[in-house]
Amino acid sequence: MTTTNNKRQILLPVTESKSSGLEYRELLRVSMDSLMANKLRTFLTMLGVIIGVASVVSLMTLGNGASNAITNQFSSLGTNNLTILPGRPNRGGPPGQIGVQPLTMTDVKTIQVLKLPIDGPVPNFTNQATLSAAAAEKSGQVLGTTAEYQGVNTIVMASGSFFTEGNVQSASQVVVLGSNLKTFLFGSGEAVGESIRINSMNLRVIGVLEAKGGNPFGSVDDQALVPITLAQSRLFAGRSSSGELRVSNVTVAVKNTDDIPFVEERLKMALRDARKLNADGTDDDFQVLNQASFLTSLTQVTSLLTTFLAAVAGISLLVGGIGIMNIMLVSVTERTREIGLRRAVGAQSNDILLQFMIEAMVLSMLGGITGVVVGSILPIILTITKIFEAPVTLSSVVISLTVSLATGLFFGIWPARNAAQLNPIQALRHE
Amino acid sequence: MTAMITIEGMTKVYTMGEFEVHALRGVNVEIQSGEFVAIMGPSGSGKSTLMNMIGCLDTPTAGRYSLDGIEVASLNDNELSTVRAKKLGFVFQQYMLLPRQTALANVEMPMVYRGIPATERKRRATVALDLVGMGNRLDHRPNELSGGQQQRVAIARALAGSPSVILADEPTGALDSTTSEEIMLTLQQLNREQGLTIIIVTHEADIAAYADRIVTIRDGVVLHDRKNEAHHDNN
Repeated sequence: MTTTNNKRQILLPVTESKSSGLEYRELLRVSMDSLMANKLRTFLTMLGVIIGVASVVSLMTLGNGASNAITNQFSSLGTNNLTILPGRPNRGGPPGQIGVQPLTMTDVKTIQVLKLPIDGPVPNFTNQATLSAAAAEKSGQVLGTTAEYQGVNTIVMASGSFFTEGNVQSASQVVVLGSNLKTFLFGSGEAVGESIRINSMNLRVIGVLEAKGGNPFGSVDDQALVPITLAQSRLFAGRSSSGELRVSNVTVAVKNTDDIPFVEERLKMALRDARKLNADGTDDDFQVLNQASFLTSLTQVTSLLTTFLAAVAGISLLVGGIGIMNIMLVSVTERTREIGLRRAVGAQSNDILLQFMIEAMVLSMLGGITGVVVGSILPIILTITKIFEAPVTLSSVVISLTVSLATGLFFGIWPARNAAQLNPIQALRHE
Repeated sequence: MTAMITIEGMTKVYTMGEFEVHALRGVNVEIQSGEFVAIMGPSGSGKSTLMNMIGCLDTPTAGRYSLDGIEVASLNDNELSTVRAKKLGFVFQQYMLLPRQTALANVEMPMVYRGIPATERKRRATVALDLVGMGNRLDHRPNELSGGQQQRVAIARALAGSPSVILADEPTGALDSTTSEEIMLTLQQLNREQGLTIIIVTHEADIAAYADRIVTIRDGVVLHDRKNEAHHDNN
């Protein structure tokens, strides 16, 4: 009996600790073990979530990038600017151009005499022409405008200077080059002081613009800017059928943002009056483009598009979630005996529930994290190579990980409940 | 001295569709601490049902079951789980080891559900494996062990948590006769040297013969309950 007593010392009854309960670390280990037991299946199950999350992240990121790019381009145009274009206001289709009265210098004068709180009006007259320097030649856009163009459009000079009011008055043969056009015609060399030919006319380059980015009417970076008088009278056919000097559009910069609606309304009224149109605007043959409201609606469109893309990507996440549920159901069936064993040796049904929930969540979280990494690759490459600025936002990462965790919870709970509700006796006998 | 197990007037009725199956029809058994008991009976005798009752895997329709001072009959599912974890050690016919886990991890597994700290689990599992002669196979996985060795690991798993009762359901059912004998001798040794209360359920008389007492069940009642005379001669 002494030996018995000695040996029993080794396996004393367990002193139950107050905080007796299952350690999460153990559950996590059990889940990882079972996931590692079938690596291919685990990977294929995660693949659904990976693809879902990767597409959510990349589409949201690219969508945001596109939205930002568009916003930036329009902001570069000056958000306080109003642009008056010929043609009927856009009501669902492209602006009508056929058979409408062109804008003329008379309209510009009409605006000038209103004495509105604006900079401008700046008349713009654009035409295509052959632009050539000693080394290069291309077809490009020539913008005839006034000296005020620089201030209204917040133009910064890279070198030289913009043409003056005097140049405009005297229709001087001078030209200011957009940055891309300058690079095309002169490379990295000095352009100011050189001359280029527009169609067959020689013009002296007096300035080069800083790169500015695009706008809906084509980027100023690709344009050659000349005094409007030169463009209308000598470079191109600038007279309308009634003999007036045509302009393509007119820009005004409203000094105070709050005045934009008032200025817009005054412009419309004055032009209707001058052009003998109905005061209520029913037969307008011009339109006023409000940069700010255009930007707002454009932003709405792009964010709607981003949301839509993310929703489509979300569907694949849903499919991934169903994949998790499917595999978890299979896993519960396969491991019925293991569940029976664990129940028999003392696991409560909640322990089993937790084990399978954690397994589903580990699957979905690993899938989610991998998906974020995979989904970030394309935006990061595009950003680094400066093809397209699409920085991965924290929000898209947080949203994706939250959604994938929720997917694991949602699609894991049913299989886990099945497992937890198994009768231990029947589970142990399961073949 | 109060008995380790007291079963009084235990009945179990299963309803299968419109039939009522009376698996147990009033079983009375008392088992003292340190006993080595075999429950025998042919299939359909109710011995499996009785084993499930003793193992706290099921609750009786009527009657009393007291295990180590705990009235089990009225407990709910979670309370039964706790009783199983603390008071019982199971040995199954098919060993029921987790295939990807080492012998040590398998023996530790039940103690996880009792919140026993990792170091203590490991110490206990090592001692238990040593006791069944598997002290040199701690890191082997089930597929690296013979059937007999796997069953030894399973026995170690059952006793590592110092249960009040070890319940073995056909522990040699999957083993050849030589290995069966080894396993039964191990159980016998654990009973005699460690004072463990062991109950085996079997339909084989020569396996039951290793126990000190044989309870025979037939048609849901105890047919015989007697000391194993041959055994006592040996002592």
